[in-house]
Amino acid sequence: MEQLKTIGRELAMGSQGGFGQSKEFLDLVKSIGEARSKAEEDRIVLHEIETLKRRLSEPDIPKRKMKEYLIRLVYVEMLGHDASFAYIHAVKMTHDDNLLLKRTGYLAVTLFLSDDHDLIILIVNTIQKDLRSDNYLVVCAALNAVCKLINDETIPAVLPQVVELLGHSKEAVRKKAIMALHRFYQKCPSAVSHLLSNFRKRLCDNDPGVMGATLCPLFDLITIDVNSYKDLIVSFVSILKQVAERRLPKSYDYHSMPAPFIQIRLLKILALLGRDDKQASEKMYTVVGDIFRKCDSNSNIGNAILYESICCVSSIYPNPKLLEAAAEVISRFLKSDSHNLKYMGIDALGRLIKISPEIAEQHQLAVIDCLEDPDDTLKRKTFELLYKMTKSSNVEVIVDRMIDYMICINDNHYKTYIAGRCVELAEQFAPSNHWFIQTMNKVFEHAGDLVNVKVAHNLMRLIAEGFGEDDDTADTQLRSSAVESYLRIIGEPKLPSVFLQVICWVLGEYGIADGRHSSSYITGKLCDVAEAYSNDETVKAYAVTAIMKIYAFEISAGRKVDMLPECQSLVEELSASHSTDLQQRAYELQAVIGLDARAVESIMPSDASCEDIEVDKDLSFLDNFVAQSIERGAQPYIPENERSGMLNISTFGSQDQHEVSTHGLRFEAYELPKAPVPPRVAPTVSSTELVPVPEPSYSRETHQAAAASSVSDSGSSELKLRLDGVQKKWGRPAYSSSTPSTSNSTPQKTVNGVSQDVGSTVNSKARESYDLKKSQVEINPEKQKLAASLFGGSSKTERKPPSASHKVAKASSHATESSLVPNKAVVTTEVVSAGTNHQPPPDLLDLGEPSATSSAPFIDPFKQLEGLLDPTLVSSTTNNGASGSSNAPDIMSLYADMSTTGQSSSTGNSVSADGINAIFTSGFSTATSTDQGGVAVAQSSQLSKGPNPKDSLEKDALVRQMGVNPTSQNPNLFRDLLG
Amino acid sequence: MIRAVMVINTQGKPRLAKFYDIQAVEKQRELIRSVYGVLCSRADNVCNFIEAESFFGPDTRIVYKHFATLYFVFVFDSSENELAMLDLIQDGLLASNTCPFSICGNVGQMFQNVCELDMVFNYSKMHTILDEIIFGGQVLETSSTEVMKAVEEISKLETASNAISLVPNLFRAESIAWSLK
Repeated sequence: MEQLKTIGRELAMGSQGGFGQSKEFLDLVKSIGEARSKAEEDRIVLHEIETLKRRLSEPDIPKRKMKEYLIRLVYVEMLGHDASFAYIHAVKMTHDDNLLLKRTGYLAVTLFLSDDHDLIILIVNTIQKDLRSDNYLVVCAALNAVCKLINDETIPAVLPQVVELLGHSKEAVRKKAIMALHRFYQKCPSAVSHLLSNFRKRLCDNDPGVMGATLCPLFDLITIDVNSYKDLIVSFVSILKQVAERRLPKSYDYHSMPAPFIQIRLLKILALLGRDDKQASEKMYTVVGDIFRKCDSNSNIGNAILYESICCVSSIYPNPKLLEAAAEVISRFLKSDSHNLKYMGIDALGRLIKISPEIAEQHQLAVIDCLEDPDDTLKRKTFELLYKMTKSSNVEVIVDRMIDYMICINDNHYKTYIAGRCVELAEQFAPSNHWFIQTMNKVFEHAGDLVNVKVAHNLMRLIAEGFGEDDDTADTQLRSSAVESYLRIIGEPKLPSVFLQVICWVLGEYGIADGRHSSSYITGKLCDVAEAYSNDETVKAYAVTAIMKIYAFEISAGRKVDMLPECQSLVEELSASHSTDLQQRAYELQAVIGLDARAVESIMPSDASCEDIEVDKDLSFLDNFVAQSIERGAQPYIPENERSGMLNISTFGSQDQHEVSTHGLRFEAYELPKAPVPPRVAPTVSSTELVPVPEPSYSRETHQAAAASSVSDSGSSELKLRLDGVQKKWGRPAYSSSTPSTSNSTPQKTVNGVSQDVGSTVNSKARESYDLKKSQVEINPEKQKLAASLFGGSSKTERKPPSASHKVAKASSHATESSLVPNKAVVTTEVVSAGTNHQPPPDLLDLGEPSATSSAPFIDPFKQLEGLLDPTLVSSTTNNGASGSSNAPDIMSLYADMSTTGQSSSTGNSVSADGINAIFTSGFSTATSTDQGGVAVAQSSQLSKGPNPKDSLEKDALVRQMGVNPTSQNPNLFRDLLG
Repeated sequence: MIRAVMVINTQGKPRLAKFYDIQAVEKQRELIRSVYGVLCSRADNVCNFIEAESFFGPDTRIVYKHFATLYFVFVFDSSENELAMLDLIQDGLLASNTCPFSICGNVGQMFQNVCELDMVFNYSKMHTILDEIIFGGQVLETSSTEVMKAVEEISKLETASNAISLVPNLFRAESIAWSLK
């Protein structure tokens, strides 16, 4: 082989002698082909550019040589180097009379120049001339250039000629003229709007090629405006009929299909025209049906037409017969071995499912196969399909799958996309709030900062608002489970910022609400977060506010608060922070701690994040105080607009009134010169104009900082009032300094700040669900189960949410003493009652809680039915459930283990011995780059590297991992594995 | 509309690139690189379609075909049919193989194989063929015989006007033999 190569090359080189291309060009191609590095290639190309520059500057270059130089330059530019010095030569070559040279010139120009390049002006004239040429090849070459080079400014220069060419005798020219016109339409619709009727006219062209070309612009036009082309339906249908009946010349056959590309285009157009239009659709039914029947499904192109027909059928007004035919084709696609056809099948299924949802059920297993296919494109297409068929009954399985996939990909673009999808589905169909929170946790944990910030807000709101009913216990449970999950996650290294914000907020708001955790424990955790993520100011701000809330709750509950030393140091550090926001929060915290219980209670009411805040803009609560002051002889408030007059009065007669008028800045234009200025007018004008601002603005700043410390008590003298709203009422700073502070505005502020908080979340139950997942990935029966849960079979019991089946597996795994036999026995005995005795579906939430202990007697009806249908299936599933984390020896379970371990290692948990095995095997099977195991290992290696810059933290994490479970040597193992 | 046609070899070097919407040279290079990055990570027995939204913007996809040492890539939007595009690649290959200069064009057609060197040495002809098939981003002519007829006519004229042949016959034969390896 190698020898042959060399021989081939030598022959190639040797044969060059008398032919067009020079040895130099061949050498260039050859040396670039052999370049080992990018740098080497660049060097060669730069050298080539130098040579060409030199050559081009020589006088009297033979035209043939010039042509070759240009081709070489095109080649150079394709490799990514600038060849702009030669553009002018390319332009010059378009002027040449020789067709070959002209074509080369046009080729080079179209590749070199963009439509707004300065040199275009020099070409337009040539193009105009060439469009008038007798030689149709010249005209074609010019039309080619027109498409690329003419922009909306130059369209008028060539438009008349192009329109003229629509009637040219050569069909190749007509075809290209239509395309050029279409291009003009794309670039600047208004320039050719009066010519659109030409497209209709050309549809009746004698030449099928021209007619076919016309379909392109018509498709675009119809996409924009369907209604004005409805009259063409009959023509399109008849054309399609003729094409399908092979009335076109044989030369249009392609793989024994008559003019397939024209058929595809027509079907697309018909799909647009028939949408939501019963009358129009009825005209199409026959011809589309014919195509279904006649199409040969053995060739690629035949399948392309079939696919397009399905698209058409799913778009036009539904017809049962056609839908049937479409479903048949889809099943053929899905059953095929070709991935391409499967892809098309999944896509077509996604279209058809909108009209007839029941069709998906026939293809359950095929869809699941596609979902588990290693091919990413196919997988993503399948997720697209699943997204379309999500209902509240299957949302859990689908979102679980999506998250699993999301975890194992690196492509950020798609990760963002699929995370968005997960969130969307979860928000739309969530069976319970608890599930929603857990799902969001997972999404945040793995997609982190790719998730929209709004999602974090929604999550916090959900936790705060709870179920929206008056069921307080449920809300409390929800919150404490959220707190528990966050406390478990919080120690992990490298959590996404958004997630940490949510964690901090929830811990601050509800961390000690249920009394299970002490305030020092929670604040300690929060301090850890603030320390570990010292680069992230937002997270720090959230942490500090959370700490403040915890202390505030403690104080208002009447308990004594001792600040932790690390908390103390954190506050000190932050109060000297460069960030004013952090400083402000630190001072707030210090101030709150110094207050008595009653004050704190009103600043920081517990669990008040959902309370509506009414802003009292008139500050009516101050009325009493004002009245008192006035009684005591204070001056009444004078609104600003009235004040100028008063000021005037007060300053009137003072000696420096002239000075006042001259010192200040004057903003109005110079007045017309008036000879003597009357002394009384000038001061009036100036003092109103002047209203000096520097002082108030200063005071506002300091007040804001102080107000942030959310302090209310009027007694403390150094505390100041927040004056945002007050400013107007009290005007000058002189007034405000004497104003006593009030408490009402401060809680507003803090609560506001709190509700603006942002965050993200991790999942605590991740591991549990992975255990469950394991049983799901296993074998064929499992697939069937998945199918059942996804598609919700026709039988009533199968419609139950998949959580039920999970639960059973889990339950039986807990009840280890319940062997298979009693289970089966129960199944058989209770089978009769299964249909009628419909047990309420157990909630996924209390998974593994009280009902977990109920072993044999507790049997899910769903399960029972399954048992009735296929006893072996039940035994296998229960077996899997029972075996729990102990590994089954088959490959599938290894695979499952693998994902579990990959997961658990990244969540800082232990890896069991079989998990390590699995990782080994995956290491060997990384031939396919999309291998999940490979990703899992990569993930864990990331972990072992210790993403946090702080060594101490890394060590800490390591120690924690080692400490929690002595078998976990994973960090070291991964380090060894990956060098 | 078809956004771009590319031919990239298995080492990531572009062999032919034609963008139907205007892109800066730098951007073109980057796109080729990113497309190659996706292509080379795909296994053999997967489908020929890829979503391309992350580099070409919304509603774009890629169809590619892997022949010998070359990837043939079409980038297009939803107004085209994936399978049809796949066949178009085949079509283009057919056309470039039934090249009138070739003394053994039929052999090439039979094996539907394009040698990488062919591609480079027939650079301008590849463009000619492509221009016959795709015009301003739309599929213009799909019958490969029609395309060949047009190309033939052009080349006849060209040879008449100037005795430059685009491919040396002997070399062509040799290279096909080589590519069949």
